[in-house]
Amino acid sequence: MSIHINKPGLQDTLQDAGRYGYQHLGINPGGAMDTIAMRIANALVGNESNKTVLEMHFPAATLLFERTMLIALAGADFTASVNGEEIPLLHPVLIREGSVLQFGKKQKGSRIYLATESGFVADDWLHSSSTHLSLKAGGYKGRALRVNDRIQSVKEQPYDFTEKEHVFEIFPWQAKVTDLYTQDGFRFIPGNEFALLSESSKNLIADTFFTINRNSDRMGYRLQGEALQLRLPKEMISSAVTRGTMQLLPDGQMIILMADHQTTGGYPRVGHIISADIPSLAQMGPGDSFHLQSVTIEEAEAILYRQEMNLQQLQNACNFRLQQYLNS
Amino acid sequence: MLTPSPYRIYPCGDHAITLELGEVIDIAINQKVMAVYHRLLSQKITGVIDIIPAYSSLTLVYDVLTLAKKQAGGSVYERMKQLLEKEAASVNDTTNTLSPLVRIPVCYDASLAPDLASLAETHQLSIEDVIALHTGKTYRVYMIGFLPGFAYMGSVDEKINTPRKPQPRTKVPAGSVGIAGEQTGIYPLDSPGGWQLIGQTPVKLFDTANSNPCFLNPGDEVEFYAISLTEFIKAKQS
Repeated sequence: MSIHINKPGLQDTLQDAGRYGYQHLGINPGGAMDTIAMRIANALVGNESNKTVLEMHFPAATLLFERTMLIALAGADFTASVNGEEIPLLHPVLIREGSVLQFGKKQKGSRIYLATESGFVADDWLHSSSTHLSLKAGGYKGRALRVNDRIQSVKEQPYDFTEKEHVFEIFPWQAKVTDLYTQDGFRFIPGNEFALLSESSKNLIADTFFTINRNSDRMGYRLQGEALQLRLPKEMISSAVTRGTMQLLPDGQMIILMADHQTTGGYPRVGHIISADIPSLAQMGPGDSFHLQSVTIEEAEAILYRQEMNLQQLQNACNFRLQQYLNS
Repeated sequence: MLTPSPYRIYPCGDHAITLELGEVIDIAINQKVMAVYHRLLSQKITGVIDIIPAYSSLTLVYDVLTLAKKQAGGSVYERMKQLLEKEAASVNDTTNTLSPLVRIPVCYDASLAPDLASLAETHQLSIEDVIALHTGKTYRVYMIGFLPGFAYMGSVDEKINTPRKPQPRTKVPAGSVGIAGEQTGIYPLDSPGGWQLIGQTPVKLFDTANSNPCFLNPGDEVEFYAISLTEFIKAKQS
């Protein structure tokens, strides 16, 4: 008895921090697209950072709680409601057995994460519970959730409501995440083939906006902008690429590789989005525009340390508040 | 005395670094890549989460935060660069590890080889010639990429070197054996693809049920041998 899928969403999958150590075999890491949201949702319910969470796109699934569970939502805002009454993001929320969680309007962001105490039960494949859709491995039977599927938490913890008749109870603190995300632009370090771009193309990257094209998914974001050109054509031999790599396609447009990216590629690498900005990028979707700003690798590392420090403080605070609240 | 090999080291993102030993498809260079790969693998470096060998390069994917905790001061990138510089400097000292030879059956029957006849015609060869040339060489698995378990092998005899198809197919069946330029490879899964398809193997190149899911490994030596359609069907059923 746990969560029953009354109605599936566009693509609801179980994810964790990803499957590393197998890229030499062509197996991509996958995992949650917005790892910050995954970590915060987990922290709010008292979990370690990489417990298995449910990642949902818009429209998201309608979920029936078959037992009382403590959950938290983080990432995109799809107007969550329980039995018709809106509930906020970024709070721990106790949901009573028999209630229905559903989502209304897409307000902001592209992916929402649902965490529950102790994490979801999931198939482990190569040391990760992330759903590998093309290989049909990991997560929930290696696939996105369908109607009448059931997902359950690893441990069934009993909770008491303070008000006997409430269908949900919002715990009175919210995780403030605004500092962890960048809003209007993304930073990148120049890639190995950046120097081969024409001067005007280098300026275009710095000065113009890029829009995410419809053909964008967990594998990669195709961008639409002014076409970029290399000074000379370059014959490339395939080599490794990573999450955030900005490849230049033959038509002069870029693709940014995301969680389910191929492990190797043979297109010129214009740049790489810095790790700290990838979760923010993961909340963008088709039609969204942004500008790009170049930073050095030393700056990228420094930005990541600062972000990680804030994130860990927030995680600790969430854990502390929850323990205090439950023990009071 | 060997002169040190030329090499380049550059970031592949803020959490990955690439050592490039050349920009050609060349066995000697790929052997060096694999030697460095095995040396790094045996060091079990904390914080290095993936080591990806490619044709002529090797990329380390690392956890910046773990590595930063291990040692304070200086950028993590700089430290990883020093590590790779050390490897690159001693790259000529390594003896090559012996590569296992893997023999793979291929059925070249027309029903499983949609591009075989046109490829033969392009090169003014008979179908039998193409099969003899394709099965007549030992190939090296230079790298695995594109799809889980997709082995890039080379090099095919110049007489059958054929560019990719101008229009990729939307669905190539798993097991299809193809040629792209001097490369030959096998599609491990159903996937879109533009390689010239000259046959199909009944061997499962990728199996998630297996603890070692990938049939081929980078650095393997591969030979193909021809089987009949009857043998193919029988092998598929077993």
